[in-house]
Amino acid sequence: MAEPEMTETNEGGEVRRRDFINIAAVSFAGVGAGVVALPLVSQMSPSADVLALASVEVDVSSIEVGQAIKTTWRKQPIFIRNLTSEEIAESKAVNASDLRDPATFEERTLPGKENWLVMLGVCTHLGCIPLGAAQGEIKGEYDGYFCPCHGSHYDAAGRIRKGPAPTNLEVPEFSFISDTVVKIG
Amino acid sequence: MSFPWANQYQPENEFMKWMDSRLPLPRLIYNAIGAGYPVPRNLNYFWNFGVLAGVALVIQILTGVILAMHYAANVGVAFDSVEHIMRNVNSGWLLRYAHMNGASFFFIVVYIHIFRGLFYSSYKAPREMVWLLGLVIFLLMMATAFMGYVLPWGQMSFWGAKVITGLFSAIPLVGPALQEWLLGGFSPDNATLNRFFSLHFVLPFVIFGVIILHIWALHIPGSSNPTGIEIKGQQDTIPFHPYYTAKDGFGLGIFLIFFCILTFFMPNFLGHPDNYIPANELSTPAHIVPEWYFWPFYAILRAFTFDFLFIPAKLLGVIAMFGSILLLFFLPWLDKSPVRSGHYRPIFRKFFWFGLIPCILLLGYLGGAPAEEPYVMLSQLASAYYFAHFLIILPIISMTEKPKPLPNSITEAVTGKPLESAA
Repeated sequence: MAEPEMTETNEGGEVRRRDFINIAAVSFAGVGAGVVALPLVSQMSPSADVLALASVEVDVSSIEVGQAIKTTWRKQPIFIRNLTSEEIAESKAVNASDLRDPATFEERTLPGKENWLVMLGVCTHLGCIPLGAAQGEIKGEYDGYFCPCHGSHYDAAGRIRKGPAPTNLEVPEFSFISDTVVKIG
Repeated sequence: MSFPWANQYQPENEFMKWMDSRLPLPRLIYNAIGAGYPVPRNLNYFWNFGVLAGVALVIQILTGVILAMHYAANVGVAFDSVEHIMRNVNSGWLLRYAHMNGASFFFIVVYIHIFRGLFYSSYKAPREMVWLLGLVIFLLMMATAFMGYVLPWGQMSFWGAKVITGLFSAIPLVGPALQEWLLGGFSPDNATLNRFFSLHFVLPFVIFGVIILHIWALHIPGSSNPTGIEIKGQQDTIPFHPYYTAKDGFGLGIFLIFFCILTFFMPNFLGHPDNYIPANELSTPAHIVPEWYFWPFYAILRAFTFDFLFIPAKLLGVIAMFGSILLLFFLPWLDKSPVRSGHYRPIFRKFFWFGLIPCILLLGYLGGAPAEEPYVMLSQLASAYYFAHFLIILPIISMTEKPKPLPNSITEAVTGKPLESAA
């Protein structure tokens, strides 16, 4: 840099007025660039039409005891199972505090409708669909669900018992809007 | 930088002189990959694979740009548009099969290129930056290949996208939100396919840019060589052109023979039949695995089936998988031996041939195997060795082993006669 031409030198190391202007200008440009980046980043998030598919209503009257159906909510599979009394008793007998993701059977079903188990059919490991909902599928070591991708075993209440998945199969927000119609989301 | 004895560019005619004083691009090429680049005289065929990787990228860009003229990135028609390319577009089947197998060949030559770097310790000073940029290229390649595999929107495409983006959901706190952001939804859908197509198109050009940096960084110290010793005089080198252009040309011929055998006679050998089933969000394929070139990393991911301290198994697997590549960024500083070439490092060489290479091959096999015993246990053992090799064994042997005596010069190693001390 051509030192002699400079009118202000900085030999003492003290902050000059020009330093302040430089830092302020660059900072302000940085803030501007950051603001411009916001829409460039946020455009990646789920768009309005994707978010609009937020709830579905399902008629469950045709599901017999011990059977389950697969349906979709937000483009993700949903398992709706009509539990047998043995499955309910078995699930209640488990000591929840021993589980990797402690949850009692009552916490995963609605009071008075506890035979209806509504879950996202999405393995909490890496998102595969566990087997066990349809008849004839492998149910895993805990007689519930088994994910073939990486070997996670879930029990009849969809709680993780063995394998790499960190949490239980997710129970979405749901309610009965009549005796036979479930509203998910 | 170049060596003082490097050939100087001489414009041959008036036009080239005019050009040279305005845009010296021919001079740049002459000095980079022409007669103006002195290269060690003793390079073996492992030194072909950098050029081959460059050719593979060019094949991918050429076929890819043409495929993009016929492909439609929409979940409703993507699968059919690929079939349209295969059945209706003139020579479409050839372009798609070349692009599909070209990806595998790109990885084959890059893996051999990395293998060369590991055995001859090409990553050591003064070529650390060449190594680091190479790893950046490798990561970009993996991202590009993954997104390309999603585009046909078959079963493996869909579930691959779901599982790989699912890796990000393992990150504490922000994970699930990050996955939604990456997908543009709660599950792979149109938004995902479109953005993957856009990125799959642009990333190869980013790779091309990083390759230029990779070569630039290489040309500062010049190419390494199988003895690992420095160039000491003009006798140690020969010009890149015509010597190595000819050798690389021969290697390219061999490469293209294998490429054609696979493309023309067994184009689906490396693929999965499941990807010829249209994506179905309600049915996971029974045996879901990535493409073969990701298998070693996939095996490491799946090896972690247990929680450790407060880290859940899922996050451990993801950390280990990314860590297995990230640790390579520290390799130039983990290997403390002053000797580069594995030929002169007796203990290093044993662990390399009987430890690291079988370990990586085993991980590759296990990554393609189902997630059950004994594969899981073997994955755990092999993963443990992989990390131990780089983080414990290599630093220790590089400090303790006694290397064999090095030749005095490249010329002496090749001819048995000492380098003339004229310089």
